[in-house]
Amino acid sequence: MSTTPEAVAALPVTERPKLLEASRVTKRFGGLVAVNDVSFAVPQRSIVSIIGPNGAGKTTFFNMLTGLYTPSTGRVSFDGKETTQSRPDQITALGMARTFQNIRLFGTMSALENVLVGQHARMKSGIGGSIFRTPRTRKEEQLVREKGREMLSFVGIRGRFDDLAINLSYGDQRRVEIARALASDPKLLLLDEPTAGMNPQESENLTTFMRKLRDELNLAILLIEHDMKVVMGVSEYVTVLDHGEKIAEGDPVSVRNNPRVVEAYLGKQGLEEAGG
Amino acid sequence: MATTVKKKPLAALEDRFPKLGRGPQAVLITAIAIFAVIFPLLMDPISGTLADATQYLAYVVMGLGLNIVVGFAGLLDLGYVAFYAVGAYCSGWLMSSFYADANIHILVTGTAAQAPGVHVNFLLVLVIAAMLCAVAGVIIGLPTLRLRGDYIAIVTLAFGEIVHVFAVNGDGIHPFGVGYPLTKGRDGISPIDQIKLPGLSQFNSYLNLRPYYWTILAIAAIAIFISLRLRDSRLGRAWIAIREDEVAAASMGIPLVKTKLQAYAIGAALGGVSGAFLGPYLQIVNADSFAFSFSIFVIATIILGGLGSVWGVVLGSILLSYINYTLIPDQLNSVPHKIGLDFNLADVSIGIFGVLLLFVMLIRPEGLLPERRRKIELTEGIGAAETSFEVST
Repeated sequence: MSTTPEAVAALPVTERPKLLEASRVTKRFGGLVAVNDVSFAVPQRSIVSIIGPNGAGKTTFFNMLTGLYTPSTGRVSFDGKETTQSRPDQITALGMARTFQNIRLFGTMSALENVLVGQHARMKSGIGGSIFRTPRTRKEEQLVREKGREMLSFVGIRGRFDDLAINLSYGDQRRVEIARALASDPKLLLLDEPTAGMNPQESENLTTFMRKLRDELNLAILLIEHDMKVVMGVSEYVTVLDHGEKIAEGDPVSVRNNPRVVEAYLGKQGLEEAGG
Repeated sequence: MATTVKKKPLAALEDRFPKLGRGPQAVLITAIAIFAVIFPLLMDPISGTLADATQYLAYVVMGLGLNIVVGFAGLLDLGYVAFYAVGAYCSGWLMSSFYADANIHILVTGTAAQAPGVHVNFLLVLVIAAMLCAVAGVIIGLPTLRLRGDYIAIVTLAFGEIVHVFAVNGDGIHPFGVGYPLTKGRDGISPIDQIKLPGLSQFNSYLNLRPYYWTILAIAAIAIFISLRLRDSRLGRAWIAIREDEVAAASMGIPLVKTKLQAYAIGAALGGVSGAFLGPYLQIVNADSFAFSFSIFVIATIILGGLGSVWGVVLGSILLSYINYTLIPDQLNSVPHKIGLDFNLADVSIGIFGVLLLFVMLIRPEGLLPERRRKIELTEGIGAAETSFEVST
């Protein structure tokens, strides 16, 4: 049963159809349990966040969703398909795209070429088509270049499409990375600490941009973020991890006032002081 | 607000054609190409220079093949000689009287049509060699997929040695029971049929080397064309992405296994084609040709020329072939004797080689004609990042 994006948006976030679901996911590295028995869902057309102190297992969890890690136990499904054992490229092809905490652009490629790589899964040309440069390959190449320029303009990179990625400013690199992710036509965009290194104004702009992505492209966005102002401002639902376990979830206000969350961030003593 | 960018006519043109080079570079390449075509006419048909040049061009093809694996995809392959061997044995098996009791002739005319053994048309042998080597490339590539950098080098090196050992001892291996051996080991399979191309009379490597030269020149031109086209394609971008950052590449939807195996297969196929040419050209397929040092030679040619740089590899291959096969053994060989030392320079050619590479690494690590990206990688330290992750299969 498919519902229109508008109808989905009208529902409360917890009642929207689930796009991504992780059930009782655990990841062990030898004796270390990085993520322990976490269940989690991203509804369609929603902005949800995962927060938690450093080392809480956020990025490990992210990596299990995107296929870089295989969960030790538990299951992940995306868009109705089981993806627990899937490879990253297969998951990208299904419609999940991501950015990285420490920007991972292809430095020797231009901004445009980076965005072309992002469209890899949506392209078809193979060895033969590339060597003989068949009309189909030419057409495809032309289309992805057009779309690449469009994506770069959409994220606010103007006219510097052929600059090498390493020569772009930090903020522009973040933008190109988002454009690269968007180029794969995702249904779900995963942003790993996108405001790291940004000033308050830039963070504010990014918040606006995320809403725009949700509202104009009907994307769901999963955010890992340290900046509480961003998290509380943009998220419709927040999940808190600490020491690999889910300690709280809910709307931003209830999470912010949850004593366990405050404790995780400030420590017991901090809690007592804050409580007076 | 999605804005559609109006495309400039120049950008539209660039979408369509590979960047062969601009202005002076294109002129230079054209001039060199014309010279390369008329060069044999300036020579005696059986001159040593022409023989050398033919051999060099065969090594250019191998350099271009290995460049796809090492230069484009960043997979350090130290066993490339295996594909030279497989390609050469294709011509040994399919273009000689090796299988003396067999009487199979496929699309051959002239002397080969009357001789006993298996005799297959040269063009067909090229295709078979390319396909067999592509398969061999995938087989050798498979166990390296979970490995990185130096470890890939060790595994491929071992495979190269395995193929060499099989070639050397192949005269004692009987794959079909008591029948024919696998190879003739160090005695070599000889003679090989002279090449016969449709519309042309049969080549004769004892009387006229020009047709052989033009044949390998055409093969080299095709190898250059394939390299340039692939470099500027979806696949080429995927190779560069993998070379720079596997994690990011996989996350952007690039299937690592398939994309790497495609590099191995294409690189191997070019090595096989070159080997299948050298069989009939040298008139012998001898196991001694397939030693580990040859893998080192090929990798040295592409490092000297510039990893990933198509024209650099062409230059590097020709230059290093000249030094290794002409300058040292022919021109300078007696120099030690002249200054009162008791050895031939050719005996220490590997040492000279090493010193030369050392100097290249010190003075110009990016190679003679560096590829733009590689140069940036060297100066910015890209690709050195930690990139390990689990691959679920």
